[in-house]
Amino acid sequence: MNIIVVGLSHKTATVQIREKVAFSPNQIEKPLGELIKLEGIIEGVIVSTCNRVEIYATTRDIAGGIARIKRFMAEYHHLAFEDIESHLYCYHAEAAIRHVFRVASSLDSMVVGEPQILGQIKTSYGYAAEFKSSGIILNRFLHKAFSVAKRVRTETKIASSAVSVAFAAVELAKKILGDLSDKTVLLIGAGEMCELAAKHFLNSGAKGVMVTNRTFERAERLADEFGGEAILFESLFEHLHRADIVLSSTGAPHCIIGPKDAEQAIKKRRSKPIFFIDIAVPRDIDPKVDNVENAYLFTVDHLQEIVQANLAQRSLEAEKAEEIIDQEIGQFHKWLSTLEVTPTIVALRNRFDEIRRAELDKTIAGWKDLPPDAGKRLEALTVAMMNKLLHAPTFVLKQAGQGGRVDLYVDALRQLFELEALQRDDEELELEE
Amino acid sequence: MTHMFFILTVALYSCATAAYLACLLRTSPMLTRWAGRVLVTGFTAHFLSTIHLAVKMKYLPLTNMQESLSFFSLAIVGGFIFFERRYKVTTLGSFIIPVSLMMLIASSSLHAEARQLPPVLQSNWFWFHALLAFASYACFTIAAGVAVMYLIQRYFLKTKHLGSLFQKLPSLDTMDEISYRCLTVGFPLLTVAIISGSIWSEQAMGNYWVWDRKQTWSLIIWFIYAALLHGRLTIGWRGKRAAILSIVGFLVILFTFLTMKHSITW
Repeated sequence: MNIIVVGLSHKTATVQIREKVAFSPNQIEKPLGELIKLEGIIEGVIVSTCNRVEIYATTRDIAGGIARIKRFMAEYHHLAFEDIESHLYCYHAEAAIRHVFRVASSLDSMVVGEPQILGQIKTSYGYAAEFKSSGIILNRFLHKAFSVAKRVRTETKIASSAVSVAFAAVELAKKILGDLSDKTVLLIGAGEMCELAAKHFLNSGAKGVMVTNRTFERAERLADEFGGEAILFESLFEHLHRADIVLSSTGAPHCIIGPKDAEQAIKKRRSKPIFFIDIAVPRDIDPKVDNVENAYLFTVDHLQEIVQANLAQRSLEAEKAEEIIDQEIGQFHKWLSTLEVTPTIVALRNRFDEIRRAELDKTIAGWKDLPPDAGKRLEALTVAMMNKLLHAPTFVLKQAGQGGRVDLYVDALRQLFELEALQRDDEELELEE
Repeated sequence: MTHMFFILTVALYSCATAAYLACLLRTSPMLTRWAGRVLVTGFTAHFLSTIHLAVKMKYLPLTNMQESLSFFSLAIVGGFIFFERRYKVTTLGSFIIPVSLMMLIASSSLHAEARQLPPVLQSNWFWFHALLAFASYACFTIAAGVAVMYLIQRYFLKTKHLGSLFQKLPSLDTMDEISYRCLTVGFPLLTVAIISGSIWSEQAMGNYWVWDRKQTWSLIIWFIYAALLHGRLTIGWRGKRAAILSIVGFLVILFTFLTMKHSITW
């Protein structure tokens, strides 16, 4: 049985192409159903995110399977095959396993180490399990991928530092203000970046948001969205001291907040620090504000620098992650190869023979006046019994080997008779979502 | 026996110092855990050695410079263990534990022979005074350690040098909180210590306040911390100014302790 991967990602296709071949999660049942009806395709999982669209499948016929899935991706979306073919990559055997492990561990992401991808694959797998398009191999395969991703996460520092400006701002705020749960964010202006950062702050537990804008309606709209408080732009300085974090991104041509304003606000709040973040170009906050005691001013350039440094750190950690993946591939590959018919029949025979011999030896050893030819007769008897018992399962297994879902039989057999199975450590790793 | 405990303590504190300094350079949960364990073991040995000495001498080992230094060091380590548990501030150890190790080494002639106490020290007020004084000194030492860390962290934030040491140091807020805690515990202790000290002075010398160098400097220390606490409570003094004052306070304590101790006792 072979695992194949066909797909495209941000590395091979532009967003225009990616959105054309994306599968909507709301109607994922239909493509999943069609996928496993393709000739030679036994199991299938579809992963579709904004950065990648990938199909994982199992097949006996690698070349045919890959070709059919490629066609399927084009035809399902009513696209010309030639238009997408050059963007598709495909992997089989070890390369396919490595690819999926790397994707789940976020090594193939646009931002290496970003945490969302694992959740997205889990959700995709959840659909496949729900609509029964995945079977024994992909189930085990994806669970393994999840446990590899978990190992990478805990054993390397790949995801430990902020690699977006918004996250870097949150991390810095924690370094200055400690726990954010009693802290208030003040948004000045309503840039997209500002909104994003405010969302990150709220997700990290910030208590509340105040919004101000030259157009009060916009401030109100945004305040509603965050469940915050809108403030008249003219009365900004009456409220400045209530903010622990000030995020500014207006289109103003000159500075809005000067060192005097910052000093007064900090005095009013009995010297509790304020973290100023200036995202605007040209600047909203006078650089001299940073000289005010207990005011800490960071511009978007400073945050960008942090992000760059963290990215460099991540690429170092990614190397460690690749080593972990190397180890895990070997282990999974071993399990996959046990799912073949012939080695299973041999293993089953050996198991029976082992039991037969052990019992025979015990009987003969404990038999005091053994007739001369009894040993031979017993031997023949037990061998005949064993062969008779094994005849039917062997036959059925060989028959199943010609058809589709032989791995079901093989796996069941291996478990029932305890034929050296792969450790099932990853089984505990349940779907979290 | 006391000597053995003492050697063991020095050895364990040395290991803990090395481990805490290594924590500044490397991030390893394992290292942090072991540093903590070694330190707690060292603290236990130190504590037992102090108890043993007290039982042998039949008085609290606070009567001379060596004994006092050892006790000072014990109080600092005890205070640090408390704060580390509470606020998870491993890096504080990198600043505090080397100081207590040095104090302990300086007191290395601890295994003195039992001697007759001068009558001036045979007063319960003296023991009460000395115990409280050291407890408050330990609080202020930790506050000074935190203040140094605060200034370093503040420097990193102002100059935007956000390297790995910046990542390791606790948040400004946490350090502010610890130094405030130290102050609110240490200051009342110091106040009661000074009062009990003057009662003892009355018993021993017949006068509550003799304006000797020791008492004068104690009063100066008291005023420094009173100013710090007052500033904090009224106008919310914190940050750089509070940190610097806290360090100044500690230096004055150290100066007083190292130079004035003998003036009454010997």
